[in-house]
Amino acid sequence: MERISKDDVKHVAKLAELEFDEKDVGKITSQLDRILDHVAKISRVDTEGIPPTSHVLDVKNVFREDEAKQSVTQEAALKNAPDEENQGFKVPKID
Amino acid sequence: MELHYFKAHEIKNKLKKREISCREIVENIYARIDEIEDKLNSFIRLEKDHALSRAGEIDKLISSNAIEVADFTGIPIAIKDNICTKNITTTCASRILENYVPIYNATVIDRLESHNYILVGKANMDEFAMGSSNENSYFGPARNPWDPERVPGGSSGGPTVSVAAGEAICALGSDTGGSIRQPASLCGIVGFKPTYGRVSRYGLVAFASSLDQIGPLTGDVEDCAAMLNVICGHDEYDSTSINARVPDFKSFLVEDIKGMKIGVIKELMSEGIDPEVKEAVQRSINMAEDMGGKVKEVSIPSLEYALDVYYIIAPSEASSNLSRFDGVRYGYRNTQARTLREMYQRTRAEGFGEEVKRRIMIGTYCLSAGYYDAYYEKAQRVRTLIINDFKKAFDRFDVLLSPTSPTTAFKIGEKIDDPLTMYMSDICTIPVNLAGLPAISIPAGLSAGRLPIGLQIIGNILREDNVLKTASCLEKAIGFKDKPGI
Repeated sequence: MERISKDDVKHVAKLAELEFDEKDVGKITSQLDRILDHVAKISRVDTEGIPPTSHVLDVKNVFREDEAKQSVTQEAALKNAPDEENQGFKVPKID
Repeated sequence: MELHYFKAHEIKNKLKKREISCREIVENIYARIDEIEDKLNSFIRLEKDHALSRAGEIDKLISSNAIEVADFTGIPIAIKDNICTKNITTTCASRILENYVPIYNATVIDRLESHNYILVGKANMDEFAMGSSNENSYFGPARNPWDPERVPGGSSGGPTVSVAAGEAICALGSDTGGSIRQPASLCGIVGFKPTYGRVSRYGLVAFASSLDQIGPLTGDVEDCAAMLNVICGHDEYDSTSINARVPDFKSFLVEDIKGMKIGVIKELMSEGIDPEVKEAVQRSINMAEDMGGKVKEVSIPSLEYALDVYYIIAPSEASSNLSRFDGVRYGYRNTQARTLREMYQRTRAEGFGEEVKRRIMIGTYCLSAGYYDAYYEKAQRVRTLIINDFKKAFDRFDVLLSPTSPTTAFKIGEKIDDPLTMYMSDICTIPVNLAGLPAISIPAGLSAGRLPIGLQIIGNILREDNVLKTASCLEKAIGFKDKPGI
């Protein structure tokens, strides 16, 4: 049974903000199909009444006081920016 | 004098007695690098000038008695290139971070700096730590010093090779599904993944946040324990780091494991394991018994599903974590795109390698509407079963033993076109990450073809003590002294 089609792959690529050309779509579809087919065998496992793991240790939420502290400076934050303007990150127009 | 195969604790003694200088050590290490790095490709970036000048400064501090010689003072250490080093490029072996210069240190780096360690360089790895062979590096594969036609394992291939070949005295790696232990096994050194949360992940570029853990790669168990002393402990910058007492890990380097209850995991000594690997591991098990360990077989039935659970959970977390690489704030950007969406897509399509994209796709699919319950949530339920099975085992045993890797080092190119077969390389190590347990790999011997075999020793949550006790005793009994021919 095919678990994932080429159209599914194109849809997932969009969700993941990735791009594949037509030739790669075929390759990745068959690879994902094999991998998903393998991992899907967990559907056989009886997990009735078994909660999903949220953390491997018995840890609950971690709280701290909400205090304002000096963090990175604007200059440091922009140090790796591919493009900047007026002390902000510059990006192409939003369509 | 050739110092490149000395252990950190040996160098410390020599520094204390003023028998050698830091400068000599660093010069030795770089002489070795000049000699063999072309064949191994263990580093993405070397910091020779910086290392030599630091060594000079540290020598002055020692000779003027301004500092005490600590465990890692003046010790040349390689750092996996997914651990942030302030003002030093940190690439994750990815094109998308080729020019990324962190503005801060990872917590583990600050802790090593408090010892006045010396950074040799940033070590090669599988891109974003995704892989078991170091072949998924944008900067080319690292090679196994025992046979450069073979992989060193991954994803911490570079840091492991650097220690195995004498290009660094120790290294830091990261382990999400075996990325410290499996290469340590394939290269004949010691690698440790601490309990989840023992070591701060602040400054470790995230792959799968519920599984990632930083740990040491060293020449022996003593250096491993010393390194754990430095890197373990709570950090307010990582809310998943455990606020538990950090013991002196060196106090567990004992000579006796009489009465230690040792379980041998039946499912990991079965037909999928190479017979030579099984034999070497069995020899170690016999030694443990001879030393007074109480050895019994133990079954962990849910291990059958560990690989499948991992290959849903890890890619799911990765797809979310790696969404931050979008060409906006740092890293590579496609500059031809006319719109924002186009820029995101092209930047990521061009910036990520094949395996990384494959895992982002698997993860995005498993988390997407209509599939979340069947894949991600189901996997987290089966993960609970695996955790419960380990809990039951640790009611009866102090440590569990298994091979670290089902095979010795395989050939470069052998598995790269078949993702599923590659994923099987981590069958023995992945369950440990899923349950958050501490585990070590130590050399158990060589195959007939002179390739290293690793023994894995697994402990209960926060019970690094039992792991180190067993490891230090078995290390002595096994007496592995071989070095790669390179």
